[in-house]
Amino acid sequence: MKATRDAFGAALLELGKENPNVVALTADLGESVKTGEFARAFPQRFFQMGIAEANMTDVAAGMATCGKIPFATTFAMFGTGRAWESVRNTVGYPHLNVKIACTHSGLSVGEDGASHQMLEDVALMRVIPGMTVVVPCDYPSAFAATKAVAAWKGPVYLRLGRPAVKIVYEKECPFTIGKGNLLREGGDIAIVANGPLVAFALEAADELAKQGIKASVADFHTVKPLDTELLLALANKCKRIVTAEEHNVIGGLGGAVSEALAKLRPTPVRFVGTQDTFGESGKPADLWKKYGLDATGILKACKELL
Amino acid sequence: MLTMTTAETSTMSREIRLTDALQTDLKETARKLRVEVIKMLAKAGSGHPGGSLGMADIFASLYFGGWLRHDPKNPLWEGRDRLVLSNGHICPILYASLAARGYFPAEWMASLRQVDAHLQGHPAMHKTPGVELSTGSLGHGVCGAVGMALALRADGGDRRVYCLTGDGELQEGLPWEGFMSAAHYKLDNLTVIVDRNDAQIDGKTTDIMNIEPLGDKFRAWGFHTIAINGHDFSQIFAALNEAERTKGKPTCIVAITQMGKGVSYMEKEGYKWHGKTPNAELAAVALKELGA
Repeated sequence: MKATRDAFGAALLELGKENPNVVALTADLGESVKTGEFARAFPQRFFQMGIAEANMTDVAAGMATCGKIPFATTFAMFGTGRAWESVRNTVGYPHLNVKIACTHSGLSVGEDGASHQMLEDVALMRVIPGMTVVVPCDYPSAFAATKAVAAWKGPVYLRLGRPAVKIVYEKECPFTIGKGNLLREGGDIAIVANGPLVAFALEAADELAKQGIKASVADFHTVKPLDTELLLALANKCKRIVTAEEHNVIGGLGGAVSEALAKLRPTPVRFVGTQDTFGESGKPADLWKKYGLDATGILKACKELL
Repeated sequence: MLTMTTAETSTMSREIRLTDALQTDLKETARKLRVEVIKMLAKAGSGHPGGSLGMADIFASLYFGGWLRHDPKNPLWEGRDRLVLSNGHICPILYASLAARGYFPAEWMASLRQVDAHLQGHPAMHKTPGVELSTGSLGHGVCGAVGMALALRADGGDRRVYCLTGDGELQEGLPWEGFMSAAHYKLDNLTVIVDRNDAQIDGKTTDIMNIEPLGDKFRAWGFHTIAINGHDFSQIFAALNEAERTKGKPTCIVAITQMGKGVSYMEKEGYKWHGKTPNAELAAVALKELGA
């Protein structure tokens, strides 16, 4: 069990060593978003911007015009919510090479409650033309994602989480932006998940197997550009799809999958995510359980389709 | 003639002297830029003439007075200074300046704001050579300019960032976040120029949402602050020189300007010409007054 934000911090430090153009900015949350190690190793390339996320994002854009690869880091609520228009107009519109890297996404922020639990960020970032949206599921994939995001040309939203989560990629961790990873093959139903819901999807698939139902499970770590090739293959094979994400069911992975399937191959879909509601205070596991963002919730959605 | 003391180290500052001959040249350049502004906006049929005309003397100074070190044949030359137009709606004066410096063919100005045009209604860096940052939504350019100043300073050298902003724009909260960070990081390679024309779409800035005392605000925010008449070249040059000499903090030049400067009916009606273009008849009057 390790947090994706810790993987981000470790990968950022490595990137600092590899590429002198990588710089990091933060908005008074350096230790929380794990830029501390980078800041200590590269003080000249670390910029504390105070509690002013819109400014931080525009500053990052200005730096990108001068050849830097800025990682603008804060909580998902602020980096994509408070600063949305900076991302849209100053980063997205001119397609600048800025990486919006946000931790504390979703319900699993936990006790701080709904004001800090960002459940709309994937939707907000996905609608910006040219924006790439990446949601890794565990420590190894978040590490690989951070490296891939730095190498990617153009603006990226990298969505990370606060709590320690189960490791999905115990051995190798293939990671290509825009390519989903098929983790399990089965022909009865496909579970398309990202973030912490990938581990739960595998649990749900185990349970289904006990009942004689063969499920495919795919990690769609990139919401945009969506891996429509893999999605179409899953739709053709399984004819039923369940999406699972730590996000509102409107506008996130479920939305992206439905938009693609409506065009490619109309397929019945059920959506695991928060059902158009805000969160509340609580322990991450308790919140996931209450809002159906766990193996039980995924199983229930699968049963609706089977 | 202009004399330039080339900096031997990054800590030394440039000085550009305004000679009588240069002043005469700049006045004529500003007049020509104003003519182009009227021509392109009359053709476009929409856009922002008032602020464009009001800032013409400052644009003439920056682009033709030796202040911006740049290379129109190589717009992305690494050694260049940056100009960010945070009040992006006055881009006709930026476009006129860039065309006159040879960044793109003058014909481009005839298609301003038309579909498929290189010149957008607000500056777009990926469509127009010489535009350093896409702006238009107010406030963002200030913060982007801060990012440029930070990055350029981190890379060494004496490259400078000039950021132009409007007084109405300062009703937004965002630019003050940017100013705070500019002072915090002691960005003495950043010169902010505020177009203080006391005019915005709905009326006089003082009436709509008073931003005074503006100079006191900038001083409190940690800026070296200078107030000038934005149509007096000797004051413009003195302030730009003072900004060069100022170390350890950014400089803000509050330039008091006349909206619509050079066209009598616009000067008289002020803010009404913020975002309205003259019809053919009025454009002809304006061009005649400007000696076109």
